[in-house]
Parts: sequence; C-alpha cells; structure tokens
Amino acid sequence: MLLLIGRRLGSMIAVMIVVSALIFLALEAQPGDVATKVLGPYSSEDQRAIWMAENGYDDSLPVRYFRWFGDFLVGDFGESTRFKTAVSDVLWPRLWNTTILAAATMGLVIPISLILGVLAGMREGSRTDRSISVASIVTTSVPEIASAPMLSFVFVFLLGILPGTSSFQNGFSIAELVLPTMVLVLYDFGYVTRMTRASMAEVMTTHYIRTAVLKGLPYKRVIVKHALRNALIAPFTVVMLQINWLLSGVIVTEYYFAYKGFGALLLEGALNQDIFVIEACSMIAVFVAVGTQAISDIGYTFLNPRIRFS
Amino acid sequence: MAGFQSDWDGPVLECKDLSISYYTRAAVIPAVQDFNLVLKKNETIGLVGESGCGKSTVAMAIMRYMGKNGAITGGQVLYKGVDLATLSEEELRQLRGNEIAMVYQEPMASLNPAMKLDRQLMEVPLFHEQVSEQEAFDRAVQMLANVKLPDPERVMASYPHQISGGQQQRVVIAMALLSKPSLLLLDEPTTALDVTVEAGIVELIAELAGTLQTSMIYISHNLGLILETCDRINVMYSGQVVEEGAVVDVFDKMRHPYTQGLFGAIPLPSADKTARPLQAIRGQLPLPHARPPGCYFGPRCDHFQAGRCDAGPISMQPVDDTGHGTRCVKWQEIDWGKLGAGDALLPHTDFGESVLSVNQMKKYYELKDTSIAAMVKGGSSRFVKANESISFLAREAETVAIVGESGCGKSTLAKVLLGLETATEGSVTFQGKDLSQVPVQKRSRNDVKALQMVFQNPFDTLNPSHTVGSQLGRVIRKFGGITDGEAVRRRVLELLDIVKLPSDFYFRRPRQLSGGQKQRVGIARAFAGNPSMVVADEPVSALDVSVAAAVTGLLMDIQRTYRTTLLFISHDLSLVRYLADRVVVMYLGNLVEQGTTEQIFSPPYHPYTEALLSAVPIADTSIEKKRIILEGSLPSVINPPKGCAFHTRCHRKIGDICSSQVPPLVDAGEGHRILCHIPLDEMKAMDPVIVQKDAAE
Amino acid sequence: MSDSAIQIPKRPNILVRILRPLLLIRESWVGMVGLALVFFWVVMALFAPWLAPFPPNALLMPNQPPGTEWIANATHMIGTIPASEYCAAIEGDTSKVNCGTFWLGTDLTGRDVWSRLIWGARQVLIYAPLATFMAYIVGIPMGLWAGYSRGRVDAIFSFISNVILSFPVLVLYVLVIALVGASAVNIVAAVVFASAPGIFRIVRGLAMDLRSREYVFAAETRGEPLSYILFLEILPNARGPLIVDAMLRLGYVIITIGTLGFLGLGLPPPDPDWGKMIAEGRNLLQVFPWTPLFSCLAISSAVLGFNLLADGLREISLRD
Repeated sequence: MLLLIGRRLGSMIAVMIVVSALIFLALEAQPGDVATKVLGPYSSEDQRAIWMAENGYDDSLPVRYFRWFGDFLVGDFGESTRFKTAVSDVLWPRLWNTTILAAATMGLVIPISLILGVLAGMREGSRTDRSISVASIVTTSVPEIASAPMLSFVFVFLLGILPGTSSFQNGFSIAELVLPTMVLVLYDFGYVTRMTRASMAEVMTTHYIRTAVLKGLPYKRVIVKHALRNALIAPFTVVMLQINWLLSGVIVTEYYFAYKGFGALLLEGALNQDIFVIEACSMIAVFVAVGTQAISDIGYTFLNPRIRFS
Repeated sequence: MAGFQSDWDGPVLECKDLSISYYTRAAVIPAVQDFNLVLKKNETIGLVGESGCGKSTVAMAIMRYMGKNGAITGGQVLYKGVDLATLSEEELRQLRGNEIAMVYQEPMASLNPAMKLDRQLMEVPLFHEQVSEQEAFDRAVQMLANVKLPDPERVMASYPHQISGGQQQRVVIAMALLSKPSLLLLDEPTTALDVTVEAGIVELIAELAGTLQTSMIYISHNLGLILETCDRINVMYSGQVVEEGAVVDVFDKMRHPYTQGLFGAIPLPSADKTARPLQAIRGQLPLPHARPPGCYFGPRCDHFQAGRCDAGPISMQPVDDTGHGTRCVKWQEIDWGKLGAGDALLPHTDFGESVLSVNQMKKYYELKDTSIAAMVKGGSSRFVKANESISFLAREAETVAIVGESGCGKSTLAKVLLGLETATEGSVTFQGKDLSQVPVQKRSRNDVKALQMVFQNPFDTLNPSHTVGSQLGRVIRKFGGITDGEAVRRRVLELLDIVKLPSDFYFRRPRQLSGGQKQRVGIARAFAGNPSMVVADEPVSALDVSVAAAVTGLLMDIQRTYRTTLLFISHDLSLVRYLADRVVVMYLGNLVEQGTTEQIFSPPYHPYTEALLSAVPIADTSIEKKRIILEGSLPSVINPPKGCAFHTRCHRKIGDICSSQVPPLVDAGEGHRILCHIPLDEMKAMDPVIVQKDAAE
Repeated sequence: MSDSAIQIPKRPNILVRILRPLLLIRESWVGMVGLALVFFWVVMALFAPWLAPFPPNALLMPNQPPGTEWIANATHMIGTIPASEYCAAIEGDTSKVNCGTFWLGTDLTGRDVWSRLIWGARQVLIYAPLATFMAYIVGIPMGLWAGYSRGRVDAIFSFISNVILSFPVLVLYVLVIALVGASAVNIVAAVVFASAPGIFRIVRGLAMDLRSREYVFAAETRGEPLSYILFLEILPNARGPLIVDAMLRLGYVIITIGTLGFLGLGLPPPDPDWGKMIAEGRNLLQVFPWTPLFSCLAISSAVLGFNLLADGLREISLRD
C-alpha cells in the first residue's frame, strides 16, 4: 500500500519534471525571443543584449533551466510584462478566486450527480433512468461558450435578477458567483452522472447483488450496504479527474464573466505573450491536474479491497 | 404475513404445471413449460439437462427472481402449501434466505467483493431473526466450522478474494444454511471448481442432506453428480421435464430416448473407445421459439414416428407406481436394452515412429519484483516454476493425454510446444528437430503448420469479425502454399466437409454458429495444413454432453484418417480414459505419473492420481468408488511446497521425507513412472479406485 | 471430391451487409434524434452554397431582428453583385428590390445570421471530422501496439500520453495556439496532439483485453506477423467501442473549435465560425440577442446530435 503510494508520487514527480522541461523549452529555448517578448517588439538589439546579460540568458540552456526550476520551487515566477509586477503578486489572489469558484462548482456537482446517477442506475431502463440519462446528455452537449450567453440572457436581461459580470468590483459577492458556477455545473454534472449511473447499473446486475436480494435483505440495505459501496468506487476517480476538466472550463467561464481568476489570467498571459505568466499558470494547472490524478489513483486502491489487500 | 409452519409435514415444495416465459423485443420466449415437481421433506431432487433446458430458470422462479423480462405465465409454485404468487414484497423478503436459500454457480461472483465475510454472513440472522450482533457472530463462526472451513475466525475477517474458490463456495453454503432453511436450491454449485475441490463440496452437500432437516433441489448438467447427491431426478429437455423418477430407476431403466441419448454420450471411466464408442445425439437443441410440434425431441430421435410423435402436446406418462414417468408416447414399444448396440467397435491403431519427444523440459517464469525496495536491493527475483522436468514421448497416430487441475502447468507446456514461449532448460524434439528454444516466428513454415492447436472456448476460438471462409482461407494461404483464390475456396469447402459442416457456412460469421459448430471450425483450422501433431486444449469441456460426444468423435475420426498425433489436454478423466492411449498426470508443474491408459487407471497409483480418479463423478450405478477427499486447496504456483509438491494435500504422506526431499521418479515397469516416495510394492498393493460392482461380487 | 459436389455459396449483397447494421439505429429513439440532428447539419454543410440565402460575409443591413423582410436599394452591393441582380424586382418601383427574409436576423455589421450559421456548419464539419480522424490515425496503431506487446513499448507510449494528458485540455490548446499561431492547419494539429493520447489509452485498453482471446492465440501459433495480428485480428473487434468514442470525441472537438473561436484563437476572420459569432454578439446580448443565441443553439444542437448518436449506438451495441 505504502509502496503503491510511493510509486504514484514518484511517477507524478517524473511527469512534473518532464512537463516543466517541455514548457521551458517551448517558451525559453531562444533567449532572443524571450528578450523581445519581455522588452517589446520595438526594443533595440542593444537593449535586448543588455537585458539578456543582466538576467543570465547568456548561460547555457541546462543552467538556465535548473535556475528557473529552482526559482520556481521557492515561488519566484519572474516579472509579468503585462501587469508590471511580480507574477506571484497577481497569481495567488487569482488562484484563490478560482479555488472559490471550483469549490462552489464541485460542491454542487458531486452531490447532484451522485444522487441522480444512483437513482438512474438503480433501476436501469425505468422512466427515472431515461429522464436523467437524456437530461445529462443534453446538458453535457451545451458547452460553456453556449450556456454562458444563454444563461446570462435569461437571468441578467430577461429576469434581471443576477449581475452579468463577476469581477467582484465591490468586494466578494455571492450573487456574482452564481452565474459562473451555474455554467460550470451545468456542463460538468452530466458526465459524472452518467459515469455513476453506468457504474451503479453494472453493480445492480452482478451476482452478489442477487445473493443479497435472495438472502432476504430489505431493498434499502441491498442498495446502501451492498450496491453503493461498489458502485461509488468508479465515480470517485471520475470526480477527481473532473478537476482537470474544470480547469479548462474555468478559462472560458472566467473570461466570459470577467471573473478575476486563474483561467482568465492564463488566457490573458497567452494572448499577450507574457512568458512568465504563461509558465507559472501552466505549471500550476498541470500540477493540480497531476496531483488530483495521483489522489484519484491512490483513493481507488484504497477504496477497492481487492487491490488494498493483495 | 404468511406464517410458514416449521413442523409442516406435507411436501415442502410443489410446482404445478409451472410455465415461465421471457419477454424480449422480438417475441415471448417460453423458457419452461408444464413443470411439475413434488419435493418431500428431507428429499433431494436433481434437475439435469443441457444448457438452455430451463433448469436454472425453475430455481429463479421458485425464488421469484426473474428480472424485468421474465414472468410466470401459468401454474403455481406452492411452498409448504402456500402459493408464492400471493406473497407481498415483504413476505417474499421474509421467505428468501430464511425459508428458501440458494447456492450459486460462481462463488467468487456471488460474494460482495467490498465487504468482509463476517458482515455478509451475520446479515442473515440479523435480518431474519433479529438476534444480537454477538449471537449472529457466534452462529456464523459455528456454521463456518460446520461446513469444515479451517480457522473460521480468520475467514470471518477476510474479504472474498482472500480465500480460495472452494472455500468461497463453503462460505456461500454456510450463508445459505445460517437461517436453517427448509429448502435449499443448489444451482451448479461445483461447476466452476476443480475436480478434487468439487469432490469435497459434493461430499459436504451429501453429508448436510443427511444431517439437516432440509430438502434440496440440485441443479446440474452432470449426471454423475446427481447420482452422488440426489434421491430423485428430473431430466429436462428444451423447457420440459422429459423423464422423472427415483435416481436408480432413471439411471438403470430409462424410458425416454433423450435420457438414453444422454447416457450414451457420456464417457465412463470404466470404458475406453474400443469397448464402448460414444454416441452423440444428432441434430441440435431447438431454439425456444422454434420448437417442433409434439415431442420436442422428435427431430433428433431414432424412434420418431410421424403422425404420432408430432401429433400434439405429449403429457407425462407413468411408467410404474413409484413416480417414474416419461414424456414419450412410444415408451412401451421401444427396445430399451439395445443401448449402443449395432455400432462397429473401433479397431486399435498401430502407432508409428516417435513424433514428439520432450526431455527434462523446464519452464520458469521470472517474477519481476518491481517494488522500489527490490530495485534498491538489486534484483532478487523469484521464479514461477510452471513446468519442472517434464519428459514424455508421443508417437505417430497416438493420443497422449495431459491431465491436471488448474495451475498444473498444462497450458504452459502447450505454449512451449507451440513456440509461444521458449523452454528454460531441456529439449523438445519434434520430428527430429529440437524446437525448445525456437519461438514460433523463427520456426520454418513446415514446422509451424505441422504443429497446430485446437482451443478450449468456442466463444473465443474464432474471430467474430471475419467469416468462417475467410478465417480458414487465411490459414490455407499461410500453410498450404495455395494462393489461387479459387483453389483456396475449394480447399475451405473441403475442410468444412471434413468437419461435417454444410458449405453455406462459408459466409457465416461466428455469432451465427452454435458452440459445437464453432469447435468444428476450430478443428478444421487446426487440420488445414495437414499437421503431424495437434494439441487440443480441453476442446470439448465447454460444450454440452451430446455435442461434446460428436466433437470428440469427429476429432478422433480425423486423427485416425490422417494418422495425426494428438496431445489432448483435459481435466476430465472419463474422457481421457475414453480416447487416450497414454496419459501424463501433472500437479503444480510436476509430472507425477505417466504410463499407458491401462497403467494409469489401475494400481500402482500416484496418490494424486488415486484422488483424481476418486473425484470423478460417474453416472453409472454399477460402479463403486473408493472415497478419497483431498484436504486443503491447491497451493500457489508462485510459492509451491518444498519436497514433494503434493505433500500438503496427500492422504498417503509417509513422513518428513515428503516435505523435505523431491521424490524419485519410480519405474513401475513398461514405461509406467510414478513420482513418489512410497515404496513401489506398497503402491502396487493399493486397491483399485473404480470397481464394477458385479465384478466385485 | 468432384467439382459438381462443391457449391460455392453466394455472398450476401455488399450493400445489405453494410446497411443492415445501420438500420439498427432505428431501435433507439435517442439514436434516431441524434442521427436526425447530425443529418441536418451535414446537409446544411454539404449544400451551403444553395441553402444559404445570402453570401455569408456580405454586409446587408445591421441589427435586423429575425423575420425581417429586406427591401433593398437596387444599387446595394451584396458581396460583389448588385442587389438588382440578386433579388426579386418589385413591381412599380425599380429603385427597390425584395431580397427575401432574414430568418434569424442580421448581426452588428449587417450579415445574415442564418447564412453565416450554414457556412459555419461547413467549417465545423470539415475541420472537426478531419482532426478527429487524424487523431485516430495516430492513436490507434500506438494503442494497439502498446496494448498487445506490453513491456517497454507500452511503458514509453504510456508515459508520453500521460505527460500530454496531464495538461488540462484547454490549457494545452491555448498554449499550443498561442505559441504557433491560429490557422486551420495549426488547429487541426493541436486537436490531433491533444486527442491522440486519449485515443491511445482507449485502444490500448481494448487491445489488452483482446490479446488474450484464443483467436489471437491461434494467429500467434500460425506465426502471423505483428501487423496482421494488430490490424486484422484485434482492431476489427475493437470497432464497436471506438465508433461510440469517435462520435463523443467529434462532439468534443466541435466544442473545442468553437471555444477557440470564441477566445479569439480560432480561424482567422472573416469566415464564419460559430464560436466567433458568439463572441462577436455577446457584448450586445441585451439589445440584439439573436446572433449569439442562435449561434449557441447551433453549436449545442450539433454537439447534442453526436452525443445522442453515440448513446444510441452504445445502447444498440449492448443489446446483442
């Protein structure tokens, strides 16, 4: 068990190192380009040369990579050209905002989709099952770029009950959080619901459920004690992997609602060729994705006694 | 709440004209028709029949558990006089597991993988008798001891995957018995288990039937098991009971052609191919929605008479007043004594030169320890000894059987022969060439086509995406050196003809074929390149008895015609006795005994062979067997016992020498070799395991 | 055996063999709805030049609500053609012509929304299937090889795919497009790069399952070459799940292309693109909601079509 966790963490670190090297190579392989992007296209050759010398860009690539990686580990991400300040000053508050948004989303997605998925999978082919299944296909078919305008049209312009932007101009506000959360939940819950349903439906056809029923257990106990325990193993991993998807959804949603979050920052950085912001944001995005993947794998082995005690 | 009397004296279960149907998209499929049964207290009734005959459906209908699309369409099921159809959901729940309990085919699948066994067992008394936790726990432990599980406390604290298959089935039986049910349904309870493990379970069931106040319905496809466990028997065919009666009556005085056909198709360990050829039942089981009018067995029956047998529904006709009945209108006219007579006996074959010679062959798999600890320490890898010093010969036209249970290394042996693995040591000489180190890709085309294989599982032996013709054609192109499209097609049709399949199978896809037909195509594929040797890995074990007999016969015919050497891998000693000329017995990668079939089936025995023979269920009332039940379960191949691999389960262990020293291969004369410490004279003095009763008198 | 004894049976008609499985979709109403939606957009895309009432980029009349009938000046230029040639003449007034109806209104610069949606469908239904198909071309052989051979090949391919999959999808797209610039080729390449690892994983799993089948074993004992085993023994039996996955993936690629367009990283203007149309219209959502809302419906319905079709196909494949 410990070994398994160790190996998981090991491979996570290996992936992170490779990813960091890739990102570094993609963005900083040519020191001249870095200088151009930092100083702007109208900087002179000399200015760039001076900047490169000052910032250690005359060193060899490996040296620069290890220095960059070392700085990264202690939280020094460099200067943002767009915000004219240290990247970390912009990044942390943005990340915090996104965490709030993600927490709100997952806080809704997990209970909604688990409950709906279990209800649908419990009696496969029933009316409940079909309604839930179709509903979840329909909502996963509406991407954030479509649901955001449609929902804001309804709630902001037709009904006028919610603000159309979520930039927290006057401090944190729950009302501003509602629409972005709704957009993300709407797109994400269908997938988890369908996975839960499939898992539950599969468990309900197993022989051990038949054994439990024919043992004369009350239906409720069959579901709660025998089915759920097995049926929720798969959705658990899916929920964790969903965080990876959420990071994608966050970019569109934050951009649309002018939400000052991490996704919007990444996009802004990318559109403005703000190298150090791109580096920091993508490293963090990958770190979160790989981390949740590792947690999901470890959790899976922990939940599944067949692997835990073998 | 319908109270069921615990002192009920009438029949425990009565099925009256029970009919069950399944509703599918296309049609209503009648699965069971006019099923009648009276089960008295303490009685065990066997339901026997081939797959699709409806025997398991009956059990599920008694439990009223038929899924969304199944329903009872006629008749009644009376349990202790109460019609089960009148019960409410809650009453049904009280009935299940409390009054009627069930044991299933696959023990592993029947137990919840994510729940410890203590919970799963304790639930039964907790929900049926409202006892305290402690009481439930004590009862569960006691019951585990009753089903002879060693160390019940440890079992209680385990998850299902942590105990062996045989132990799992004992747990399931214990679970079923925990609430002292009046009726126990056993649905093929030993089919998924190895023979020696099966013997233990069967003994346990027979013992329980004697001591408990429980009536049982035992469902099986194996007539031998029915004989060992049941008082009465119902033979089912295509959804109907065709014959019923006391086991002895039905076995000795069968009065239905189907029953007779079944017995004719089973190999018995008392007879070989020259003494009593197997007789397959021709034709196929009718599909449930395309049953013939009148007698469902009519189209396959030798005694069929148009106008009488297909005139209309046939009812059960009493044969005598002991409850023996048959669903045959002609039973009084048929000469029942003529079993199997008229068929020419097969002559003995002369064997030719040695084709295959395996000498001291070893195959070890390296178990890579990929843990970080092992990587740091630096490779201390362990080995799985899949094959240990295997030596045997096979001659032209000879059938050599490799016998053993799961994990004995027979599949590894086949892989080495075919070149999918290379041997670790020793030699495999095939037609004069040592192929032990030559993987199949490096073998010459002639060597590859000369050594082919017939596989076990009909559902996966053919590629479902290609037609029969194209699969056979590929082999012919590959081996035959024929490239001309027309010639290839002609050869395919010729092959189809050899395996007795019509030519319009050319464009069929595997899913349009029955299991037996697929196996025939598999045989055609193996023989496409005129091989000099064919390895057949349990080619009929997944088929129904009547179909298996036909496929076995076909395989033997082709072998005889082409003088092919056949290496027949099997766990079924009756079948081995029937078709093998020589036998190799394996246990945990070791060759424990080899000799001619005659030598293997009579003393001296290796103790394992003796136990195997004793474990074979035999559907013959005139045969008496010595009872030897092996203790414990098969050890793991990764961690085999020291000394003699068999000593942990041996009933003839003679002392410490067995667990410390590898036994010698004793020559008992004329090529009969036994791997055992027991002195040869002592082994020679053993009693034969299988004795004909008349002969013993 | 004499020649007359050998009857070579007739092969069933090839059309029947191809069409029969397709007809099965009738059994699932979910699948039928999906098929209808997909069919609708495919027809729109194929016949865009005939079905679109106006050229997609022609500036006609800004901000007209849906259903407006357009009476244009005869001299108005529709693209390069004067309206007098393009539209029906009005009796008694030679200075005006009747150009038909803006069924879904016009956008801020006066382009017909319905025409742009139809031409947008063409964009989407060329690039999305192309990109998906190419991703399969890359992912399938790698997955088959890794799943069948295991060992080192598997370890290397799996690690590469793990690295790529560790990027949140859109982050990867944004990074790649920001680095290489937005163009049709780059978008297709980015989709292939980001989807192939997922396809690799699925195919690898299927191959790992199928490799232990006895027919594969039989092919091995015949000494068949690796390519035969991978593509003729294993791949055909993995096609069911792969077709379902392809439908789902197509839906997702449509979303991706739309999202990139929305974020301004899509195909260069002025060609119509559903995502870009949403982006252009969203600022005036309150006053002129039709452009963005109809674009939202277009993209959602196309994705829904593929998702429902996938679900229907899965339902049928599970039945028998």
